[in-house]
This record gives sequence, C-alpha cells and structure tokens, in this order.
Amino acid sequence: MTRRLSLLLCSLCLSSVAMADQGRLLATGGASSLDGPAGGGINPWAVLAGYGEQGEWGATALGTHVDLPDYNLDVVGLAASYDNRVEVSYAHQRFDLGSLVHKFGLPQDSLGQDIFGVKVRLFGDLIYDQLPQVSLGLEYKHDNNFEIPRLVGAQRDSDVEGYLAASRLFLGGAFGYDVLLNGNLRYSRANELGVLGFGGDRRDTRSVLKEASAAVLFNPRWALGVEYKEKPDNLSFSGESDWADVFVGWFPNKHIAVVLAYARLGEIATLDNQNGTYLSIQGSY
Amino acid sequence: MIRRVLLASVLLLGACAANTQPPTDDSLYRDLGAKPGITAIVEGMLLHIAHDDRIVEHFRNVNISRLRDKLVEQFCVEAGGPCTYTGDTMAESHKGQNLTRSDFNALVEDLIKAMEDRHVPVPAQNRLLARLAPMRGEVIGK
Repeated sequence: MTRRLSLLLCSLCLSSVAMADQGRLLATGGASSLDGPAGGGINPWAVLAGYGEQGEWGATALGTHVDLPDYNLDVVGLAASYDNRVEVSYAHQRFDLGSLVHKFGLPQDSLGQDIFGVKVRLFGDLIYDQLPQVSLGLEYKHDNNFEIPRLVGAQRDSDVEGYLAASRLFLGGAFGYDVLLNGNLRYSRANELGVLGFGGDRRDTRSVLKEASAAVLFNPRWALGVEYKEKPDNLSFSGESDWADVFVGWFPNKHIAVVLAYARLGEIATLDNQNGTYLSIQGSY
Repeated sequence: MIRRVLLASVLLLGACAANTQPPTDDSLYRDLGAKPGITAIVEGMLLHIAHDDRIVEHFRNVNISRLRDKLVEQFCVEAGGPCTYTGDTMAESHKGQNLTRSDFNALVEDLIKAMEDRHVPVPAQNRLLARLAPMRGEVIGK
C-alpha cells in the first residue's frame, strides 16, 4: 500500500512537470517542512507546495539533513498541489541513532518513518484577501521499525494527526520589509515527530500543540526567520524538548529554495543539548 | 521568550485589514523618485509586460501611451503625490477580460522587476505594492 501511494504521488509529480504553472509570487510556496508539507523548516505553513494558482499544478521535491551532536536526521519527500487548494505530500525520515547504538547495545542503528500528508486551504489568502490563509492538514505516519520505540514505551507504530495552520504575509510589515507570520495548532501524540512511535507509557492521548513561525523578507529572494514547535512528552524514559530554530531562506527563482538553520532540539531520547545545523534544499516544478 | 513573541505575533494575524485609506503624506511619492521616477517605473513595467508571454495578450488592443499616463496618475495618487487620477475605475477598466489570480501576480512580478531595475529601495517597493494589493478584488474575474 505504501508503495502504491508512492507511485501515485510520483506520477502526480511527473504529470505536473508538464502542466505546472507559476502563478504565485516568489517564495509564497514556502520551503518544505520536516514532515513533507510546504512550510518553513520544522513547521508546516498554511501555504501549498509549489507555485500553482487557481487551476494550476505545483510540485516540489525535498532533501533535508539535520546534523546534531549525537544524531542525524535525513528527510526526502515529494509534494504536489492543485488549484492552490489541496496539497498531497510524502516524506521519508531516517533518524540515525549515532552514539546511542553502542552505548545501549541497540538492535538497530536508525529509526525511520513514512509520512503521507494532505492539506486543504479552507479560506483566505497569504497576501491579498481580508482573511489570512487558513489550511487544515492531516498526516498519516508509519514507523518502519517499531522495536526500539516499543522498548522505550511507545504504544503504537502508526497514527494520524491533524493541524490547523494560519499564514499571512504583511507587505512592508516590519520597517518596510515584508513579514510572514504563521501559527499552527497540531493535535498529535507523535514522539519525536513519530520516529519514536505514537503515544507512550506516560501519556497515550493526543495533545494540542502550538507551533509558530515568523520571517522577515529582505527582498523577494532572502528571508530570515524563527520557528517554535511545541512537542508532547509521552515517554517516561526521557524528556522530549520543544524545538526552536533560526533560519535563513534563499529563493533564487521559482525552481529552488534553500533553507539553512540553527536548530535547538534540546533533549532527544535521554541525550540533551541536541542543537545543530539544518540544511534543506527544495526543487519546485 | 521566542515562544511568547511568536504566539503574540500570531494573534495579530487576522488583525490587519486591507489598506484602503488615502496616504497620509508624500514620503512614498518622494521615495519612488516623484513624477519622473514613477513614470520610469511604469514604463519599465510596461516593457516587462511586453516580453511577458503570460499576460501580453491582454494588452494587445490597449492604447499603451494612454495606459501609461493613467498608471502614472494612479501610482502617483497611491503614493501620496500631487496628482489626480482621471482614468476609469479598476472594475470598469478590467471588465470582460476575465483576468486570473495568476495574471494579477504576473503583473506584480513585472512591476517588481521594473522597481528593481530602478534600484527602488525594498521598503518603498513594498509600500507601493501594499497600496495596490487591495485592488486585486476589483481586477480579477471581471
């Protein structure tokens, strides 16, 4: 089933290569977030992937690497949107356990999950209408290997989570420079995005989690921003920190977006101070 | 701290209504280079449109020199300059063209290019765009 969905997504992307239009303004498709949907770095935004406006397709492919003191996170993914209304996305995350493997004699050296997402723009517009752009997203996440998550108390290897996102670009909003503000409410019980399973021995119900991003655009091609992501704390074996980052986004044209960030991810699976660099490259068609 | 600032900012998301009030001073007019600067921006935009396959078709039967004069008047008024707009309303002048959101954005991109050619400071570019953005509803789908 996973494979079939991937094939469907691929064929969607391929067909959009021929059909893609570029009706939206530069940078308004955002970059790609860690779970695959269009967004900043660690958070999705209400914007849809690519640059398709009404009646047009947009599609993106992403590659992201997060380099932490004791771990690495690699993400590859695809997203496609139609009509500036609906977006589907797929991402695969590989979380390299690094030094933890030898320390605890773990059976695997990495964790991973597949994420299938759908996002619908409910109303509003990023720039123009009276109301900010508001989108509703759903994500289905499935762990590739559940042995370690189960050992540390995770309750299940797959789950569905939802988020409501609001985004607005304020033209000249900060000393004459454009400002993008984004706020999300997420309803989730994913442990460390889900690579450590869903629900835990401490808490097994979903929590309402707040996420926010703000960015200033120095011109249409360069953005500087911050993000904050509240996380649940479901597992008793280790604390789970909220995440934050400071990022620089570069949008040289409508085909490439590069995001470089300093991410403070705090405590992950008993190892604290996991603060490091985040690099994401997005191709847009 | 970051968290509190971000959350507070997000609360402001819905609070900003479209900017349709008349300009309070002529600072934007001066930042755009007054009448000569605005004329150069409008002419630059029309030149970019002439090479823009996405929307050039919509300008095929348009009297370009009249369009230039009316756009200069309009930008001048929106920038707080000493001008009077003598053209048709936005809804009238775009009637029957059935312009799309993409067409509107294409024109915005051609305008941005023209301002970048003239090295207009980014804040002044954004102020002009913020004056023109609320007109989208009267331009598209007519």
